[in-house]
Amino acid sequence: LSVDSSWLRWQWRVREGSAQSASEATPLLSAEKARRSYNLRRQRVVFPNNSTFHQDWEKVSRSYPGNRIHTTKYTLFTFLPQNLFEQFHRWANLYFLLLVILNWIPSMEVFHREITMLPLAIVLFIIMVKDGLEDLKRHRFDKAINCSNIRIYPRKVHNYVRKPWKDVRVGDFIQVQCNEIIPADILLLFSSDPSGICHLETANLDGETNLKQRRVVKGFSQQEVQFQPERFCNTIVCEKPNNHLNRFKGYMEHPDQTRTGFNSENLLLRGCTVRNTEVAVGIVIYAGHETKAMLNNSGPRYKRSKIERRMNTDIFFCIGILFLMCLIGAVGHSLWNGTFEEHPPFDVPDTNGNFLPLALEGVYMFLTMIILLQVLIPISLYVSIELVKLGQVFFLHNDLDLYDEETDSSIQCRALNITEDLGQIQYIFSDKTGTLTENKMVFRRCTIMGSEYSHQENAKRLETPKELDSDSEEWTQYQCLSFPARWVQGPATMRGQKSAQPLRRCQSARVPIQGHSRQRSMGHYENSQPAVAFSSSIEKDVTPDKNLLTKVRDAALWLESLSDGRATKPSFSTTSSIADFFLALTICNSVMVSTTTEPRQRKVTIPPSTKALGMSLEKIQQLFQRLKLSSLSQSFSSTAPSDTDLGESLGANAPTMDSDEKDDSSVCSGGYSTDGGYRSSVWDQGDILGSGSGASLEEELETPAPGLAGPELCYEAESPDEAALVHAAHAYSFTLVSRTPEQVTVRLPQGTCLTFDLLCTLGFDSVRKRMSVVVRHPLTGEIVVYTKGADSVIMDLLEDPASVTDIDLEKKLKKTQARTQKHLDLYARDGLRTLCIAKKVISEEDFRRWASFRHEAEASLENRDELLMETAQHLENRLTLLGATGIEDRLQEGVPDTIAALREAGIQVWVLTGDKQETAVNIAYSCRLLDQTDTVYTINTENQETCDSILNCTLEEVKQFHEPQKPDRKLFGFRLRSKTPSTTSAAVLPEVGLVIDGKTLNAIFLGKLEKKFLELTGYCRSVLCCRCTPLQKSMIVKLVRDKLSVMTLSIGDGANDVSMIQAADIGIGISGQEGMQAVMSSDFAISRFRHLKKLLLVHGHWCYSRLARMVVYYFYKNVCYVNLLFWYQFFCGFSASTMIDYWQMIFFNLFFTSLPPLIFGILDKDISAETLLALPELYKSGQNSECYNLSTFWISMLDAFYQSLICFFIPYLTYKDSDIDVFTFGTPINTISLTTILLHQAMEMKTWTIIHGLILLGSFLMYFAVSLLYNATCVTCNSPTNPYWVMEVQFSDLTFYLVCFLTPVAALLPRF
Amino acid sequence: AAPRLAQRGRGGGRPGAAAMTWSATARGAHQPDNTAFTQQRLPAWQPLLSASIALPLFFCAGLAFIGLGLGLYYSSNGIKELEYDYTGDAGTGNCSLCAAAGQGRAPPPSCSCAWYFSLAELFQGPVYLYYELTNFYQNNRRYGVSRDDRQLSGVRFALFHPANECAPYQRSAGGLPIAPCGAIANSLFNDSFSLWHQRQPGGPYVEVPLDRTGIAWWTDYHVKFRNPPLVNGSLALAFRGTVPPPNWHRPVYELSRDPNNTGFINQDFVVWMRTAALPTFRKLYARIRQGNYSAGLPRGAYRVNITYNYPVRAFGGHKLLIFSSISWMGGKNPFLGIAYLVVGSLCILTGFVMLVVYIRYQDQDDDDDDD
Repeated sequence: LSVDSSWLRWQWRVREGSAQSASEATPLLSAEKARRSYNLRRQRVVFPNNSTFHQDWEKVSRSYPGNRIHTTKYTLFTFLPQNLFEQFHRWANLYFLLLVILNWIPSMEVFHREITMLPLAIVLFIIMVKDGLEDLKRHRFDKAINCSNIRIYPRKVHNYVRKPWKDVRVGDFIQVQCNEIIPADILLLFSSDPSGICHLETANLDGETNLKQRRVVKGFSQQEVQFQPERFCNTIVCEKPNNHLNRFKGYMEHPDQTRTGFNSENLLLRGCTVRNTEVAVGIVIYAGHETKAMLNNSGPRYKRSKIERRMNTDIFFCIGILFLMCLIGAVGHSLWNGTFEEHPPFDVPDTNGNFLPLALEGVYMFLTMIILLQVLIPISLYVSIELVKLGQVFFLHNDLDLYDEETDSSIQCRALNITEDLGQIQYIFSDKTGTLTENKMVFRRCTIMGSEYSHQENAKRLETPKELDSDSEEWTQYQCLSFPARWVQGPATMRGQKSAQPLRRCQSARVPIQGHSRQRSMGHYENSQPAVAFSSSIEKDVTPDKNLLTKVRDAALWLESLSDGRATKPSFSTTSSIADFFLALTICNSVMVSTTTEPRQRKVTIPPSTKALGMSLEKIQQLFQRLKLSSLSQSFSSTAPSDTDLGESLGANAPTMDSDEKDDSSVCSGGYSTDGGYRSSVWDQGDILGSGSGASLEEELETPAPGLAGPELCYEAESPDEAALVHAAHAYSFTLVSRTPEQVTVRLPQGTCLTFDLLCTLGFDSVRKRMSVVVRHPLTGEIVVYTKGADSVIMDLLEDPASVTDIDLEKKLKKTQARTQKHLDLYARDGLRTLCIAKKVISEEDFRRWASFRHEAEASLENRDELLMETAQHLENRLTLLGATGIEDRLQEGVPDTIAALREAGIQVWVLTGDKQETAVNIAYSCRLLDQTDTVYTINTENQETCDSILNCTLEEVKQFHEPQKPDRKLFGFRLRSKTPSTTSAAVLPEVGLVIDGKTLNAIFLGKLEKKFLELTGYCRSVLCCRCTPLQKSMIVKLVRDKLSVMTLSIGDGANDVSMIQAADIGIGISGQEGMQAVMSSDFAISRFRHLKKLLLVHGHWCYSRLARMVVYYFYKNVCYVNLLFWYQFFCGFSASTMIDYWQMIFFNLFFTSLPPLIFGILDKDISAETLLALPELYKSGQNSECYNLSTFWISMLDAFYQSLICFFIPYLTYKDSDIDVFTFGTPINTISLTTILLHQAMEMKTWTIIHGLILLGSFLMYFAVSLLYNATCVTCNSPTNPYWVMEVQFSDLTFYLVCFLTPVAALLPRF
Repeated sequence: AAPRLAQRGRGGGRPGAAAMTWSATARGAHQPDNTAFTQQRLPAWQPLLSASIALPLFFCAGLAFIGLGLGLYYSSNGIKELEYDYTGDAGTGNCSLCAAAGQGRAPPPSCSCAWYFSLAELFQGPVYLYYELTNFYQNNRRYGVSRDDRQLSGVRFALFHPANECAPYQRSAGGLPIAPCGAIANSLFNDSFSLWHQRQPGGPYVEVPLDRTGIAWWTDYHVKFRNPPLVNGSLALAFRGTVPPPNWHRPVYELSRDPNNTGFINQDFVVWMRTAALPTFRKLYARIRQGNYSAGLPRGAYRVNITYNYPVRAFGGHKLLIFSSISWMGGKNPFLGIAYLVVGSLCILTGFVMLVVYIRYQDQDDDDDDD
């Protein structure tokens, strides 16, 4: 049962809800209690529903809305009036209503009053049925949700009882069990977890599948086995219902007037699922429509597509034509009437025998003509367009090419009415991270204390995933066969084998996709659940840098030595820094650990403490000493072959290649020991170390950590960067084993487990751009702050080297900082994401002071956020830089190809990113947005004047490049001559790219330089905006959209792209790693960037061309048909009479000619998908609106006029001067126009399937069947006139056939 | 190393098991169906009008049309028509007297005139006698709906309660229902004709029998139009309590002496009630197919006696009498034949133009290929 779809509804509900909450704002507290009065206008007060507070609860909490949700629009009684009222908001419906009313005036009655209502009634009815069904579905859904059960604590029973959700009231105590969905927003008071944590899955809310932790409100965590609702005697004060999912604060007032604060960490939101926690109990704070989830849903979006806008102008043209025709009719009728000296017998006076004056008759006739020719404004067009779009969306949904196997999701169309806009996009604004790239972070390289570790093998592994896949497969087999022998022979033979397979030893790097699919199939996870994010092999496996690996071992040893209290080396040595660096990587994050054998079950077993291991430490140290020696000895013999691998190493200055060989062998055997082909992220520590130095070592090493080797660990991180870092640390055998709110356990390379007391965690936020953890080091007992954050931030927070007294140290710090900065720049140039790691040791009392301050800040209700920020700043300063990491965000599959295709299609692609300029430029090069031959202009300035002058200069320069081309285009007559020079000059001319950063953009916006900027971008092949804030992103989109009046598309995946997605004509969200906010605000949601290619080039083109041509056809059809009636007016004294029976006219539009255009609009393919993908230039027809623009509209109008002329006058001339009567004359005309219109449609269709054929033929035959039947049975019906037996008579007349055969041919001849 | 080996054996077994699970869970729950319809891969025919198809098509169609057109044209030309405008404009025969007499008087006095003509040869039968009115807008909206089909179909209730559309010819000034009600019935054409044949010059005029039956549609006469049920065997009693339309001189049940041709099923009336589509229209008056005249009108002199009642000058109309023979395609109308000829020639013309263009382009293509 998923609740989220009910949230996606009806803002009006929300509005209603807020109105209600305003009305309830009366203080209702009982006087006898004499408590302080709460301001109910600003706060919400919740009394628990137990015996103690029953009275208060009755008075206050009961007045809050219950948990019953009601998302339907109508009730049974209000359905009809309300629905009609809404439908008449559409002006087209109003217009037709006006006509119906006009027809009720007797002197203007053209048709039967009742009949005129029919088309309108049918249209209204169809829409009404559609709305009704939707509402019914909603109702059923609400009912299902309202009736799902949950355990509530009723006051009288003193135990939890299962009750439906709708009975949940604010103040109730609720018990939620594992895997149950939370029915309302509840404040967590008890969790079966001893540490007072409840795990949540918020996939229903934001699509994030990783587990979130929620804590029990402070002071409730230490409780006996069961929570006693009767003993709860606090009053809860919190904020009014609002829609901020991650913002909530309030306090709990104890009977003794003390207060405990709580925040969103303590709130379980409606719709989330409880995981890994047996039982949780909470008190309901918000219920029903006041829950954050319900308040958060905004209704479906309504955008008006370009075609619709175009259509509306054309409808005004139609109105103009209609007006003209009516005027002709009115004047003509007056003139015609004026030709008679006396009233002829066929001029019938009104009921009283009086004749109207001519002028008045003209006015009447004008209105009458409007009724007669009303079909000129196509009433059914709107309905048809809606139906066609439904069909188009159906096909979009069902396209296998837009389906992503990995996430098991196909495209989501959230906006149903702008499908055709996909075919007219001129500008694409793309986010970088997660959109162009996978947002799957892979650890690439790091720098520690100023020395760079380039991780060559790792880089290679990432670069050549494809080859490796096949290789490793083969390699696995090979290993299986050869291993036993090798193993016996010992390391000496292995070395020879290794050098032959230099690449293959890299651990099981696979093509990402295959890695995923394999992983899912491994059966580690429940099949129904999607693979846990951030755990593909490519991310998990990091090949350690050999150089670093040895150092890490040293560091680890040093770390061990701390426990003995014989810390020999100074604390700022490289070794200690390396240890700190990896500890920071492991600890400083919010990664959750779970085991794969028990999916989604938190690892409960607490690993053995360090003390237990103490006795074996000595042993390990000995082993390592030996190990180091042996590796050194081996390394000398193996430098030659490994050098070739590392030949183009960037960090060639790496002094030692030692341990290369040993590392190889250890990695290989480690990979082998797990499961042959598939390499898991964690392998037995003992294997790695043991295999290299022989069996004896292995045996010894296996003993220290017997309990840890078993289950495979799974990391669930909130951000992919964190996961990448933990995996990287893990590769160096610093393994995060478990994390509880109080403790973090890390397993060291030796297998020792260190458990750090977690004193405080300062979470990541986008303002601080960093996170910190405060831990107590288990060995030294120091309180250490580890901080990790963006380089720009951390670099500013570092301890000033000058302030250090020790000169050596000062120099060293300075050097480290300078070199790290250099490395950071290098990383950025390579397109890596950088993070700096720093640490700080603080004294016990400093920390205690800070902690109390922090506690105060957490408890405060007013401006808590500011206070928390301030406390964080107090802690995070004077840091010591440890190093920095470079994380690669890999390009998504098919991105360069897609961008190239979109380019070819004439779409301008801009990248707007918040990333650093170097990173962005690099990605731009790698995804072919920029080419090496391009001239790239980079504008970085904060000053408006400078910006202005730079823009001017660049513009001049660019214009010079492009100037020679322009005259050539103008000299159209000399095309042949100018052809050659222009092409050559274009080839010589380098394309222009523009890189601009957020500050410059700011200057542009402030300095009103938008015009110049746009002019410049007009010359640019691609534009790259870095360091953009979300607001700037949307401003750019709006600027381009409004100033250039082009169709824009924004694509992004993160919350920072939401404003940009909403600003564009089409917003596309990528449902990826960063939650669902982008998807929720988008019009279409896809799972891969490369899907954009088919979505735009094929579906966009089809949707556009189909709909555009259908609209044009509709206009044509109506004009063509109505004109027949108009021509007849010239022969009936402009008296607005018809030669076709009205029923047949209605049927004509409703049945005989309505289905073929629908089928055409849904199914026709003007060009095949393959051709469209192969020739992206074809997309330009949509951009230029070639299928439907002013000229096509008027051409089709002219065509319609011509065809109607033919269709009327050929029969007219044929039947002239004969005894033909009105309907006998009209029937062939009707038949002819039907044939013509259907044949016209047939000629429009580019692709014929069996459906097309059947529908066309069926429409044609149905006309005859219905006409024959109607004409045969209607003797006196449809008074006063009816076409009794007319069709039958015509069928027996040869002339009828002759006319019907000739006219369509003549009418359609010009179209050939 | 023995335990290690065992472990490896176990590890090696896992991918195989994985492959099995993989195949079982290969299809995601949300994966779209891979059918030809949903993937828009239905077998389709894309009509490409290449020159080799289009050109023969055009030529064949053109030739067929021309052939058909010629046939139509000649058969239409074979139809004879003889018409006479007896409106009575000044100096156009003796009907002008009647016209002048009726000028400005309502109702116009009864007057008769005659039209003399002679046939040099046999007027091939079957011959139909039409009257034609011009500038008479029977298709005028308010006029065309001023009738009550239910009353005309003999429903007794409707007879006494004419529909509102008939107003102002719904009820008489005295409140009695008008039968048949409405403007169409009120304006019933009431000229009558008789045809006389003089076999030899100077000989006596013999009346040519005019078949006045079967001039209306069979369904109109037998189904749509019905007299109200007789009262005591008398049609007049059935119509008691109604008044004839104001322009009529006699009640509806006295339109003819023939009981099968009177009342609402009087064929002249039925024909008149089938309102004409165009302001110039003919209506069938009689067929000549009896006696010696079944083969047509033999040569000789003829006289048509016209009872001139119907006023047309008020609206600038004309009254014509027309003798027409009939062919397989109806009355005389050369238009359809000409239209076929024109369209056929256009087809061939387009075919030629396309041929020229085609050859031109083909040459160009060849040139391009040569380049």
